[in-house]
Amino acid sequence: MSDAVVPHRNQDSAQGARVGAGWFRRALDSDIFYSFRRSKLTVVAAVITALFFLLAIFASWLAVQNPFDPAQLQLLNSRISPLWTADGQSPFLLGTDEQGRDVFSAILYGLRISLAVGLAGVVFAGALGIGLGLIAGYFGGAVDGVIMRIADVQLTFPAILIALLINGVAKSLLGNKLDETSTLGVLVIAIGLSFWVQYARTVRGSVMVEKNKDYVAAAQLIGLPAPKIMLRHVLPNTMGPILVIATINLALAIITEATLSFLGAGMPDTMPSLGTLIRIGNNYLFAGEWWIVAFPGIALAGLILSINLLGDWLRDALNPKLR
Amino acid sequence: MTQPVLSVRNLEVEFVTRRATLRAINGVSFDIARGEVLGVVGESGAGKSVTGLAVIGLIDPPGRISAGEIELSGTRIDHLPPEQIRRIRGKRIGMIFQDPLTSLNPLYRIGDQIVETIRTHTNLTETAARKRAIDLLAEVGIPAPEKRIDGYPHEFSGGMRQRVVIALAICAEPELIIADEPTTALDVSVQAQIIALIKRLGRDHGTAVMLVTHDMGVIAETCDRVAVMYSGRIAEIGPVQEVVRNPLHPYAKGLMGAIPTLAGEDKRLVQIPGSMPRLSAIPPGCPFNPRCAFVFDRCRVDRPEPIRQGTQAVACHLFDPVKETAA
Amino acid sequence: MLAFTLRRMLQAIGVMLAVGVIAFSMFRFAGDPVNQIVSIDTSAAERASIRQSLGLDDPVLVQFARYFIDAVQFKFGVSYQFRLPVSSLLMERLPATLELAICATLFAMVAGILMGVYSALRRDTVLAKLFQAVSLIGISLPTFLIGILLIYLFAVTLGWLPSFGRGEVVKLGWWTTGLLTVSGLKALIMPAITLGLFQMTLIMRLVRAEMLEVLRTDYIRFARARGLTTRAIHFGHALKNTLVPVITVAGLQFGSVIAFSIITETVFQWPGMGLLFVQAVQNVDIPIMAAYLLMVSLIFVTINLVVDILYTVVDPRLRSTVGRAS
Repeated sequence: MSDAVVPHRNQDSAQGARVGAGWFRRALDSDIFYSFRRSKLTVVAAVITALFFLLAIFASWLAVQNPFDPAQLQLLNSRISPLWTADGQSPFLLGTDEQGRDVFSAILYGLRISLAVGLAGVVFAGALGIGLGLIAGYFGGAVDGVIMRIADVQLTFPAILIALLINGVAKSLLGNKLDETSTLGVLVIAIGLSFWVQYARTVRGSVMVEKNKDYVAAAQLIGLPAPKIMLRHVLPNTMGPILVIATINLALAIITEATLSFLGAGMPDTMPSLGTLIRIGNNYLFAGEWWIVAFPGIALAGLILSINLLGDWLRDALNPKLR
Repeated sequence: MTQPVLSVRNLEVEFVTRRATLRAINGVSFDIARGEVLGVVGESGAGKSVTGLAVIGLIDPPGRISAGEIELSGTRIDHLPPEQIRRIRGKRIGMIFQDPLTSLNPLYRIGDQIVETIRTHTNLTETAARKRAIDLLAEVGIPAPEKRIDGYPHEFSGGMRQRVVIALAICAEPELIIADEPTTALDVSVQAQIIALIKRLGRDHGTAVMLVTHDMGVIAETCDRVAVMYSGRIAEIGPVQEVVRNPLHPYAKGLMGAIPTLAGEDKRLVQIPGSMPRLSAIPPGCPFNPRCAFVFDRCRVDRPEPIRQGTQAVACHLFDPVKETAA
Repeated sequence: MLAFTLRRMLQAIGVMLAVGVIAFSMFRFAGDPVNQIVSIDTSAAERASIRQSLGLDDPVLVQFARYFIDAVQFKFGVSYQFRLPVSSLLMERLPATLELAICATLFAMVAGILMGVYSALRRDTVLAKLFQAVSLIGISLPTFLIGILLIYLFAVTLGWLPSFGRGEVVKLGWWTTGLLTVSGLKALIMPAITLGLFQMTLIMRLVRAEMLEVLRTDYIRFARARGLTTRAIHFGHALKNTLVPVITVAGLQFGSVIAFSIITETVFQWPGMGLLFVQAVQNVDIPIMAAYLLMVSLIFVTINLVVDILYTVVDPRLRSTVGRAS
């Protein structure tokens, strides 16, 4: 009986190694779902986030007009207040702006742009950051020094400043060639270059830790190449933190895009994102036409708040220290 | 018989977690008399430290004392409101923690930390308290105390810091000192000095000492009596010579077998197979039964209560005159 | 200590040089400076002579050296849109931005520390949860939305506070201040809150997290075992240990506050450097963009340097290790 207990210890440590590799299984562990179900707020946030994504995807079916198509806008329909007010007119649920653009349709299309730029920016930043982090951690030495120095310096500057500068330079370089589509590209690049640092630091940290572990040496002894070991073990281990960073950065990227557009350095009036709509609407606030700015504002705030709530929850749920 | 300084009766401590309520301490009873040093020994997780924390009222939620009584010089202290137990802490019970490197606030001079503690528990003025602080530092063996008193913790070595911690623990002349693994984090050469210091202070001031450790050598050297804990219970308690020379409980036998001696060079050190069960998986009956060489049926169903054997008390069915009845 | 300071200063200079290279590349390569000066019908010969006079035909290294020497003397060239020296444009607007940033930081620190300490010590109270909610909203709402909301409430609807500008300012030498007039102070309230809100939530969360962390440490447990009063433990030991990292972060954040004032200044039409910068980005006024980058970097680097040095003064552990190293 007592003999049977002895190997139990070894079993425990073997289990530890296995859990490390199976991050996905760990992510689906009951603790996570327990905390998800427990937090009603998180469930609500998840539903709202999903709703926003659906609205963006099906924008062209839900909208009464295509707000990017000048032919569909009629000045006759300008500055109509929302449907439930005295001067409301069908089909303009949330009213129209001074160009006769339906605010509801504009929000749907703007949401699409905001989400697309945000997601693309996060993916770009993530790919850049993970790549540079792996390189810095794996090679160490001077390569690591240069990459992390740049990261340090960049981290002290707010992303919005970097994004504005990149935007300004792009404008200067491209001049009149800068149309709506290339503006989208510039925004994604600006956001990606502003947010890569966190990923790089996280990945580099785990590479540094894993690199010196015995199992890497052991695996090398039996002839497995080191880079392969790193990819197999390090990346899965960092997936949790990276997911958290990506979620929170999605909110940040959307804010950054909106801010750039609000400052007039992002999407143009002809193809407005939520930030552009808010900038346009802001001009009519004093005239009492509050709906032109209010609804895009609410949409943007709701979107960011729900994503942040999800990110917060994810961070707490994946952080064993807080449990 | 004189009244013991500390008297613990049937203490139970529980930790309520999401999955289950874990009982860290289960029916622990012991006394410590004036000037006596009681050693509490056992593996990590046996409940030694939790017992100490329970006595001083520092069990934080989700933990709680769920049953039993703790008496300090005849007064019950386990159910006092927080403010009253606070007044007892540091004044009537001093505590020494394991790691002197982290026990002191790094941003305060050690003198300020001592003066602060003295002034919390006495009416001394700032200058009088400072003078007492210097005396205390001298008493615990810190050279040039009037100079070192203005130092920051990081300017002291580990052993010196533990001396400062001890000075802090005794600065209000407590009746009881709880030392929770006071030497574990120290160099071997310093350990003996700290143990000697604690012993001397206990003797000089008539203080009762509860010395929590997993080091049987320290126990044998320092203590008057020893309690062997296993899985939140006391397996055996008695005078230190008896328990060391003639352990009764199979677990205590194993522990004593693990002390290297000069005389017993020809013997191999005994190893207890297996490890202590986790709190969530304590087997029914005697918690030691899966590892015990003398296990019989009753051990797997029936929880043994302490049985007196001369000066010792042992929680083991082997010593029950009616061995097989309950099974 | 001296060696440490010198090493930090060298690092700071290194960073400034790197930023200088970026600023110069923007200035030189992002668009042809000549095109910004001349009109479309300027002849090629005239363009060439302008090129010559601007020194654009010299080797790049020479140009960089010239740019660098000028920058050290705060000469950043001439703005394309205003046809005025960039340095005088920036200096004219510096006081407005600094006043705004300082007031916002003060607001953020006072409110953030109070709220953070409260929500760490009274974790489960309604007010603490409200603070948490406010902090989440503070982080989630983009600055410009908060500004617009405040304007709609206090300027449009209630009419209590002005919605734009700096109010009446008083000249103190080359410095202009809005702090000495009623209209100046009134104009400052909303921008300062808007700008400080994000930092406030940051500080609040940091104070709360640090405080909870500190309360779990051994020395706090030991302080409790010594029978110190809750008050002494919370506000003596815990708060002091909490504030060291918090003040560092708040100090480091001052640079971001200045950079973030770009947005606030745009919303409130606050006549500071940020507004100038946004207009420069919109109008592709590269000299202003480059100069602003250099200015903000200088402020950042200086603050980092000062905080690093101050940190060693606050934390005795660092002081002695640093002392020993030198």
